[in-house]
Amino acid sequence: MSRVKEFNLPDLGEGLTEGEILKWLVSVGDVIELNQPIVEVETAKAAVEIPAKWAGRVQTIFHEEGTTVEVGSPIIAIDTQPDAGPLEPAGAGGPISTTGQPDDVLPVPSAASLAAVEIAPAEGAVEPGLIGGPAPGGRTAVLVGYGPRTAAAKRRPRKGAADHGVVVGDKPAQSPLNQAPQVHDRRNGSGVPGGGLVLAKPPVRKLAKDLGVDLGGLTGSGPLGSITREDVQRAAAATTAEPAVTPARATVAAVFDASREQRIPVKGVRKLTAENMSASAFTAPHVTEFLTVDVTRAMKALDRLRTRPEWRDVRVSPLLLVAKAVLLAVRRHPMVNSTWAGDEIVVKDYVNLGIAAATERGLIVPNIKDAGRLTLRELADAMTALVQTAKAGRTSPADMSGGTLTITNVGVFGVDTGTPILPPGESAILAFGAVREMPWVHKGKVRARQVTTLGLSFDHRIIDGELGSKFLRDIGAFLTDPEAALLAWT
Amino acid sequence: MGDPELVQLLTPEGDRIESAVGPDGTEYRVDFTDEEYRGLYRDLVLVRKLDAEATALQRQGELGLWASLLGQEAAQVGSGRALRTQDMAFPTYREHGVLYCRGIDPIMPLSLFRGVDQGGWDPNEFKFNMYTIVIGAQTLHATGYAMGVNIDGRTGSDDGEAVIAYFGDGATSQGDVNEAFVWAGVFNAPLVFFCQNNQYAISQPLEKQTRIPLYQRAAGFGFPGVRVDGNDVLASYAVTRTALDNARHGQGPSLIEAYTYRMGAHTTSDDPTRYRIASEVESWQAKDPIARMKAFLVKQQLADDTFFAEVDEQARREAVDLRERVLAMPDPEPVSMFDHVYPNGSPLLDQQRAQFSRYMESFEGSAH
Repeated sequence: MSRVKEFNLPDLGEGLTEGEILKWLVSVGDVIELNQPIVEVETAKAAVEIPAKWAGRVQTIFHEEGTTVEVGSPIIAIDTQPDAGPLEPAGAGGPISTTGQPDDVLPVPSAASLAAVEIAPAEGAVEPGLIGGPAPGGRTAVLVGYGPRTAAAKRRPRKGAADHGVVVGDKPAQSPLNQAPQVHDRRNGSGVPGGGLVLAKPPVRKLAKDLGVDLGGLTGSGPLGSITREDVQRAAAATTAEPAVTPARATVAAVFDASREQRIPVKGVRKLTAENMSASAFTAPHVTEFLTVDVTRAMKALDRLRTRPEWRDVRVSPLLLVAKAVLLAVRRHPMVNSTWAGDEIVVKDYVNLGIAAATERGLIVPNIKDAGRLTLRELADAMTALVQTAKAGRTSPADMSGGTLTITNVGVFGVDTGTPILPPGESAILAFGAVREMPWVHKGKVRARQVTTLGLSFDHRIIDGELGSKFLRDIGAFLTDPEAALLAWT
Repeated sequence: MGDPELVQLLTPEGDRIESAVGPDGTEYRVDFTDEEYRGLYRDLVLVRKLDAEATALQRQGELGLWASLLGQEAAQVGSGRALRTQDMAFPTYREHGVLYCRGIDPIMPLSLFRGVDQGGWDPNEFKFNMYTIVIGAQTLHATGYAMGVNIDGRTGSDDGEAVIAYFGDGATSQGDVNEAFVWAGVFNAPLVFFCQNNQYAISQPLEKQTRIPLYQRAAGFGFPGVRVDGNDVLASYAVTRTALDNARHGQGPSLIEAYTYRMGAHTTSDDPTRYRIASEVESWQAKDPIARMKAFLVKQQLADDTFFAEVDEQARREAVDLRERVLAMPDPEPVSMFDHVYPNGSPLLDQQRAQFSRYMESFEGSAH
């Protein structure tokens, strides 16, 4: 048995899949006793202390505090014979790879720390069927509860052609019972004729019904003259020998079962989005305000911009002007560019402007760093690059972190507005709706004008109605008359 | 002396009270030898240690779940030791202390919570039913059993059989428990309802269960009720022994409310810090059942440090033994799930077993 044993995070509460390392109670090098508390772990159910499974010396701690660890992955390695001299290098220089664990899920321990670690295969959750390990059928084994279900069930290969007359977990094979014709009288399905008492146990009645045997016509051979399973089967055998009655015409009834439902595992971007949205929606009190503005002048300004030689190769979209409007309005109302940090509000001098982008992987929100310092041309280039990177699926985590304020361009989908949910840590998000030709009162007359609706959600803990309204009004003012706003504000 | 409603024979400071009188005038006292006092202390320590080891094993991934009895040792050991050989007990899933007193190997419930079997003891041999997970359901089982004892004529003498049903404060809100009260009452069943009021039904405090002390509910069902200090092993013994003897002599059911406190979590899946304040736990720490028994033994010079060290060492050894045996438990064969469906099997089940065996054998690398 190997000397250094790894302890894998167990399922601490009936069907959990992960836990967060709250606090290490021991350090590398500590000599510990059996059942000595070594770490506090918080799961979805409880924060608990885990006692050491072995006495010895702490060899490796695999995860820092604050890390979320999947059930079944190693969290600590313990040298169970610390007095037996220095450890022999075991040649295990590569990263630990536990069965069923993609390497990228775990912060990989340094090669140096692993050099002396010999993995104890018999002690972990790495064996099929052990807790946290892969069980037959692709299910992760947990001791109690339903446990997590992996999306792509990896089954052990079947031997040869799987023709054993039965397939469990798939459609049941045809049995003689199912092949028997339906001959029973529907009025008398329970097999009780004309009020006479027929003795038969419920499973036998069920069998008779399935086989189309009328219990009333049988003589029971069981106790007290009750009809047995054998009586029914004998009668059914006799019936099949006779010409079969045409089965009742099958009516096509609507079926609402699993065959018409699709089950999509929640993971990746979808999982992250769900967590972020739920966290934000239920912590930050959201208020959403709307403003409908005439953007005809802004659209014309964009057209003029496009005709300028130095802008010829630049992608110019209405979103660019909205971004510019937001950045200028932030400068006038810095408080909207802030974070609620519990006992203080962090107001930021820089704007990392998030642009929500729909990609094949799902919604992502990369941001343009320090967008407030960019010229309009630089902003346009940054937005083009951001969108192209996102569409190509190459957006890095760094691009998506640190956002301070976000625009979501729901207009590209042809809708007018929405009530967006704040990305966690941000205090304002603007929904930019579709630009439409609408009847609009312009200079005292109803004209066809290009009109759009802005929807601004903000964190009401930080931003009062007055501030939010002024911020939205200024964005609208810029889009109504960008030239004048630029002259007035910059 | 303390709460007049509470039968107590040993104070938290370890001072003996000669006798105590229940609400109906019954006088309770115990008459133990020195050896018996020490034996009760040994039970308390062993039961706590084994329970702590099981909790640790769960945290280490070796058990799926564990319901700790921490804080309730006296109620369980006191009532468990009050049972006579012929008496039958119906436990919840937390009665590890009673199980120990019945002479059942403490490894048994661990195999249940490890998921390798359904709980391995023979209820008839040890007169201790299987753990019941459904809250309060065992009170009805016990009532039916006790009514059967009456019908069989096994009451009415010193050798008569009495039945005890364990449940908690939360279970008193269950229909099952109230139905059991009704039936046991009107049929005069030889049954002791032993309620360990540990103050919480998972996270729900007692005031969400009842407007009156639980033991007073018995009056409405027509049988006596008494509240005992559940952290006092002597009083728990005395009250239970009296109630069982009344039952075995044909005097019908009674309700005991053992007033105690669950020092740990409801189960290992629970986090009590989310619904209890630390000062409340500390106030109960001062009423610890083992500490007061130890104080009593020291004050009365019934035991010395050698004895306490020896008990601790025995507890440590038994805990290590328990751990080693849990880790050595073989995983059950998948096909064994068919074994205990019917006592004599059935053709359909045999067919399913055969199909399942073929299916399992169809995989590469299947060893069987």
